Amino acid sequence: MITLLSTWTFGLALALVALGVFVSYRLFSFPDITTDGSFTLGAVVAAGLIVAGHDPALATLAGMAAGATAGVTTAVIHAFLGVEPLLAGILVSTALASVNLVALGRSNVPLGQSATLFDCVDRRFGPLLARCGVDATLAGELARTGFALAIVVVAATLLYLFFRTRLGTAMRAGGDTPTMARALGRDTGLLTCGGLAISNALTAGAGGLVAQYQGFADVQMGIGMVVWGMASVFLGRALVHAAGLGTALAAAAAGSVTFRLLVASALRAGLDPDWLKAATAAVVLAALVAPRFLGSRSKP
Amino acid sequence: MLDLDNASVIFQSPGGPAVRALDGVSLHVPAGQFVVVIGTNGSGKSTLQGAIAGTVRLSSGRIALAGHDITHWSQHARAGLVGRVFQDPRAGTAASLSVLENIAVAACRGRLPGLGWATNRGLRQEAADRLGRIVPGLESRLDQPIGSMSGGQRQIVTLLMATWHRPELLLLDEHTAALDPAAADRVVRATADLIRAGRLTALMITHSLAQAASLGDRLILLHRGRIELDVDGVAKRRLTPDELADRFDALRRADQLDDAAARTLADLYV
Repeated sequence: MITLLSTWTFGLALALVALGVFVSYRLFSFPDITTDGSFTLGAVVAAGLIVAGHDPALATLAGMAAGATAGVTTAVIHAFLGVEPLLAGILVSTALASVNLVALGRSNVPLGQSATLFDCVDRRFGPLLARCGVDATLAGELARTGFALAIVVVAATLLYLFFRTRLGTAMRAGGDTPTMARALGRDTGLLTCGGLAISNALTAGAGGLVAQYQGFADVQMGIGMVVWGMASVFLGRALVHAAGLGTALAAAAAGSVTFRLLVASALRAGLDPDWLKAATAAVVLAALVAPRFLGSRSKP
Repeated sequence: MLDLDNASVIFQSPGGPAVRALDGVSLHVPAGQFVVVIGTNGSGKSTLQGAIAGTVRLSSGRIALAGHDITHWSQHARAGLVGRVFQDPRAGTAASLSVLENIAVAACRGRLPGLGWATNRGLRQEAADRLGRIVPGLESRLDQPIGSMSGGQRQIVTLLMATWHRPELLLLDEHTAALDPAAADRVVRATADLIRAGRLTALMITHSLAQAASLGDRLILLHRGRIELDVDGVAKRRLTPDELADRFDALRRADQLDDAAARTLADLYV
């Protein structure tokens, strides 16, 4: 049971990556490789500040701000310097690899006895659940899962509400049809900056949460995150007929948890971890082509 | 209202010859005038619209609109003055947004969007009223994704969006070219009605000689980046599609003669 809850918690933390990729890839049609770098950046900044004795919530927010800055950098390179989206993301992600290594000082930093967000939740809600008759060990993990779920629900709700405002709707229009947005007075370069800032802030937030959940930050931990995010978005879309914005956001988050469960099940069934990336690619491919074979019902 | 002063656009491809898409065009369009622009392929019609909308940079000359020198304004900055309808219905609307959300984006044209709700009861009511006046029945589809509508219906919505706030200039870029004849006819009638009712200043590019003869207060024929014909008033009203077709043929014959002469000179002296 604890293993299952742990899988959910991890999947929920990574759902923020899925929401971020949903914003960059689905709303802005921007294949943003920065995701890999900003995930690690969020983890590095949060872990560094937590180890230095700062409040874990503020440390996580600082990591998100750093991720947003990385996203804006990619958007500026693309929108104002005319570099292709893929190349702009690769450039920033490559630069971030150095930034992360220099900021962390070494390749891996354990959080040790420093208090993390999950420790705070565990301390506050674990005993409450235990008093309700839940096993003490299970109560802690249940509290952590509930906390991760609450964060994802809040993030998805805020995204939904923001993208229903005038600014958010203009951003969606700019991502969908830039010619239309420009003809209606919107600077699509600035809109892309905003979109990638939101996207990478979410991804960096996921990095910060994962670092706190697993108890360490590693400069390699972001590798493959953009594929994870896309896999979650496509899997969610294949599972749920996402017609509206709210459903599509929920589907992306659900896709992350489902994907994490699939990975855990595959490993439990004896999949060689060396084949994990190949299996991930296969799941992305299956999620991409499945709607075509399932007929119009599943089309976005 | 709209003034082009000796406007030229020269396209220079690497290693290729310079192409003069607009060649010193000077044009004054007074407020409330509906100008129809025709011309052969490559005559500079779209370059003229692009130069006014801000998608094409002038090589020389200047453009003023409603008292502002907009020569160096960006495309999105000009959007506060200019409403546009594109040839491709997909270019003027965001497919994944609902009809009402598209209109909501247009309702913020030229203004800071802010963080208020994009759609509200007032906007819905006004959109339903205005859309229903143009094409009865469309007002019931405000919540549908605009991508699910036909090209003609999308162009009607784009027209409404371009004129939601009265533009100083309405630019119509062959906006019926991608539509079937029935849909094109509906869009043309809606265009004429909106321009007449709003007393809008408009500049419409078309390839249809029938539209060119029947619509607008003034007709401009562009050829090789220059204005070959500029008529208004009685002369415009008397123009027939056949006369315009004859003009086109004469220009094509002159081009062939020019090309033949150029070839002969090249054979003799090069």
